[in-house]
Parts: sequence; C-alpha cells; structure tokens
Amino acid sequence: MYSKDGETYFIVDAHIALWDARPENRLNIHGKQFIDCFYDYHRNLGPESELWPYEEFLYQGGERLMRDLFDDGYVDHAIFQPAHLGAFFRNGFGQTEEAFALAQRYPDKLTYNHCWDPRFEQAGLDQLRDDAERFGLKGCKLYTAEWQGDSRGYKLNDPWSYRYLETCQELGIRNIHIHKGPTIRPLDRDAFDVADVDKAATDFPELNFVVEHCGLPRLEDFCWIATQEPNVHAGLAVAIPFIHTRPRYFAQIIGELLYWLDEDRIQFSSDYALWTPRWLIERFVDFQIPEDMTEYAPLTVEQKKKILGLNAAAMYGIEVPENLDVAERAVA
Amino acid sequence: MSTEPLEQAARAALDEVFDPELDEPITDLGFVSSLEVTHSGNVTVHLRLPTSFCAPNFAYLMVSDAKDVLSALPQAREVVVVLDDHHDSDRINRGVAADAGYRGTFGEEAAQDLDELRSTFRRKAHTAAMERVLTILLRSDPDLTEEGLHEVTLGDLPEAPTTRALLRRREALGLSRARTEKVLVDDHGNPHPREEIPLHLRFARSVRVSIEGNAHFCRGLLRTRYPDSTHDQAPHAQAGTYAGARNDRGDTP
Repeated sequence: MYSKDGETYFIVDAHIALWDARPENRLNIHGKQFIDCFYDYHRNLGPESELWPYEEFLYQGGERLMRDLFDDGYVDHAIFQPAHLGAFFRNGFGQTEEAFALAQRYPDKLTYNHCWDPRFEQAGLDQLRDDAERFGLKGCKLYTAEWQGDSRGYKLNDPWSYRYLETCQELGIRNIHIHKGPTIRPLDRDAFDVADVDKAATDFPELNFVVEHCGLPRLEDFCWIATQEPNVHAGLAVAIPFIHTRPRYFAQIIGELLYWLDEDRIQFSSDYALWTPRWLIERFVDFQIPEDMTEYAPLTVEQKKKILGLNAAAMYGIEVPENLDVAERAVA
Repeated sequence: MSTEPLEQAARAALDEVFDPELDEPITDLGFVSSLEVTHSGNVTVHLRLPTSFCAPNFAYLMVSDAKDVLSALPQAREVVVVLDDHHDSDRINRGVAADAGYRGTFGEEAAQDLDELRSTFRRKAHTAAMERVLTILLRSDPDLTEEGLHEVTLGDLPEAPTTRALLRRREALGLSRARTEKVLVDDHGNPHPREEIPLHLRFARSVRVSIEGNAHFCRGLLRTRYPDSTHDQAPHAQAGTYAGARNDRGDTP
C-alpha cells in the first residue's frame, strides 16, 4: 500500500517476471541480443538512481524480487506474466518452477500466470489442462512473436489459438494477457499487429484481453479496438516509465487511453525486472496532465486508485481492504 | 579531385530516406553511423538501428532505399550499404548487395512485397501531419471550434514547416495540393461529414501520439546503445505541436 497526501492506494503490479538471462541459460546470440535490448530499455527509460549493473539485471532471484516489490516497492499483490522464449534460452526466459514455488509460498502476495503456444497443437493443449490444474491458473501470458522452428509468430485468431482460447474459457482461465509491443519478427506477417485481438475479443466475450504495452507503437489501432470491445484492457507495462523521461508524452498516452477506453480498463505494471515499481508508483501518484494540454481532463485520485490496483484486483478477484475500494467507499 | 561534393550529395540523398514507421529521415534519427567516399566515386554507408530486434521489414526498406538514392547519384560508382548489429544483418546485407529484392532476400517468410507496408505508414504519416496543423490552428484561434475545422482548406494554413510537411505527405499519397482542398480528409482525399470532424481529429491525434511515441523510444534506445550517436541526432522537425514541447525532458540523454 502506498499513502500520500491523506490518500491510500492499494497496489497491484499486473505484470512482473522472474527471468534468467545469464550466459549459461542462453542458447544463442539472440538470447544475448534480447536481454541487451531489455537492458537498453532499463537504462534509457529509468532514472539514474534506479539503474542496475548489467550482471544484476541478468537474474534477480526470489528473495530480491520480494524485497524490490513488497518491502521497497509498496506493492500489495503482483502477477507473474512469463515469456518462455524457448528459441533463445535453454531453460526458458521466465523461470516457471522458481516463480511458482514463490507464489505458493506467498499466495496472498503473488499470482502465477503461465504461458501457452498454439503451435504445439494437441500436445500443448493437453499440457495446458495439466498446467491449469497444477498452477491453479486464472490467467496466461501470450507472446505472439515467439520464434519456433521456422515460424516467427502466430495470431490469436489462428484455428489452434481458438481451440486454446476455448479451453481457457472451459477451465476458467479468464484473463488473457497478450504482449503487443515494438515490432520485432516476423516479417510482413506482423506478430504485434493488434487486429487479431479484435477478432478474439469478439468471439470470446467471457474472456478478458489485456493488451500489454497498450499496443504501442500502434496505440491508435489498439484504442480503436478497445473502444468497440468492452473486454479489452490496457496494460501500462513499458508505457509508464515514460513518466520519467517524457512526462508530456506519457500525459498524451494516458490521456488517449482514458478517452478511448475508460478508467476501469487500464492496469498498472512495472514490468519488473525491467523497472522496479517503487519510483513508478510514487511518480504516478504525483503525476498530473500539464495544464496546457487542454484536450485532456486532469487525472483524478479515484482514477489513479483504479489504475494502480483496483482494476486488476477486480479482474483477479484479489481482496481489497474495505476502506480502500473506490466503489465501496462511494456506496458508503 | 576532392571527395567533398560527392559526400555532400550522398548526405543530401540520405536525408530523403525515411524510417517508414517514425516518418523521419534516417539521418536525423542518427541511423547513419558512417559515410565514406573514395576519389574514384565509391560510396560506403553503414547503418545502425536502436535494437537488434528492429523489424526486419523496416530495416530492409531503409537499407534498400539508401542504396537506391545513392546509386541514383550520377557521380557515384560502386555503392555499398551495410546494416550493422541486427539479428538479420547478414541476410539483409547479402540481399541488398545482390539487389535480390525483399522476397528474394527473405524467401518464404516474406509472403508479400513491401508496398502495402509502405503505403500503410504513408497513410499514418499523412493523418498525423493533418492533426499537427489543425491542432496548431485550434490553439491559435479561440473562436475556431473542432467542427469548424471542416471548412479549413490548404490555403488557410500558415506558411510553416508543419504545413510543408503535410503537403509532402499528401503528395506521397497522390492527393492534390490545391489551395482549395480541405485539410481534414480520409486516405483518399475525401472530406468527412462536419459532425464527424471531432471524432476524426481525435483519432488522428492518437495516430500522431503513437508515431511520436515510437520516435521517442527509438531515438532514446539508439543513444543508449550507441552513445556516440547523440551528436548525430537532429531534433524532430515536426514535433513541438505544443508550446514548450522542445523543453521536454529527454531531448538530451
């Protein structure tokens, strides 16, 4: 929880990872290129006081994660959103066993979401059923640009994707997080195009689709879809650190999101360990739309409370202390 | 014979090569890491990008466009354009050197040619350019309403870089540049109904925010990856829709 100026905020960090990008876990040059790219994000968008040495950035381990998020970081609950990246890392990038063990140890603080890949077809579908039971899955994270053999990505509306989504619906895995971000592979078949979310969101109205990185750099495509599909949400991972380097640009992103979506469908994420949550939370609470940007309304405390935690808590059924819930307070 | 005239011509030619997604010249973005010309007229250019994972289709476009504009220089003899530090560097460099074309370079992975991609980003660049000029107009005239923008024609726009940028984007889309043409139009040059103007302006704004945001990202990442690129980057020519936007933090690393 974070308190400032007499207001207390319940914090859910909706997108974190426990990754291992140390040399012994890398399969090839792409593993190094991938973590180096992350490290450039870390160095470019974070404040200097929050920068880690490269070696520390490669792997954090559970103890440090708990400290960064919960002791230093004001977070009340965090959700693992692992990227597997099996073509780059020997034992995967996201550390399934370690993260799950941690979530079992601190069930009130951590939720473990797992990942699936429709290109494993029936075998992957059987695995998904096992995983859903073992991990008690409420959500999953999809990385549609993941490499696999000759394939450089898949779409959410591919036939096998639909079978997986049907299975999610059946198993009660209601929250589908999709990484859509700056374009990497594949080629003309753009894996981060958000149009496939539109189709899936229409056909699976019972599922929630959280578009991570809010579709940047295709914010307008994402907003257009989210305006029409009430079950499409925005995850602020990678967008929120602009609050430091480019506050006016961040004002425009959040202004656009509030205009096209609404305050109930935006979720805070630090994207740990790209960034630690502490400074992001402090700055977001202090943040205001610059006065000369008259096309955007000022951010209210209630909106900040929803974005920082209440929205994700509602989606995941995370219990919020009674006096901290906006809706309940409004009723009372 | 001095190599300087050719070097200047080569640099000017590269100013016309744009990153399709960011809608800015690769020279301003700092993507040109070196340019060498020899007395005999050979030109060698090295390009660099903000991450190893920058989209290979965009990377290919920029490398092959650079080769095209340089090869078109009458003084140039052999032209070599090299992309460094990209996960597909070898493939792209080989393909461009052999003039193999996009499909010839990537084979099966490239199901279609790049024209569609290029035109998508031309449309986006035009949309963003419309929003920039109209937002400036709205801010400068308190009596002008958003719906009132329906009447605004190209002839009403001030002589300014943003206006010239819009005219260039219209030209790229094959739209008329006549002074009587409406400013806020669809991709085919047709005006929208008056009551729909606020919605279309709003959508154009999110397109502009999207493109500029991506440019912030890419410029910053390039500086982080190649600290010496800082002095190669020129400020965004069309940003600054807001008074004082140049004072944004982050223009310098």
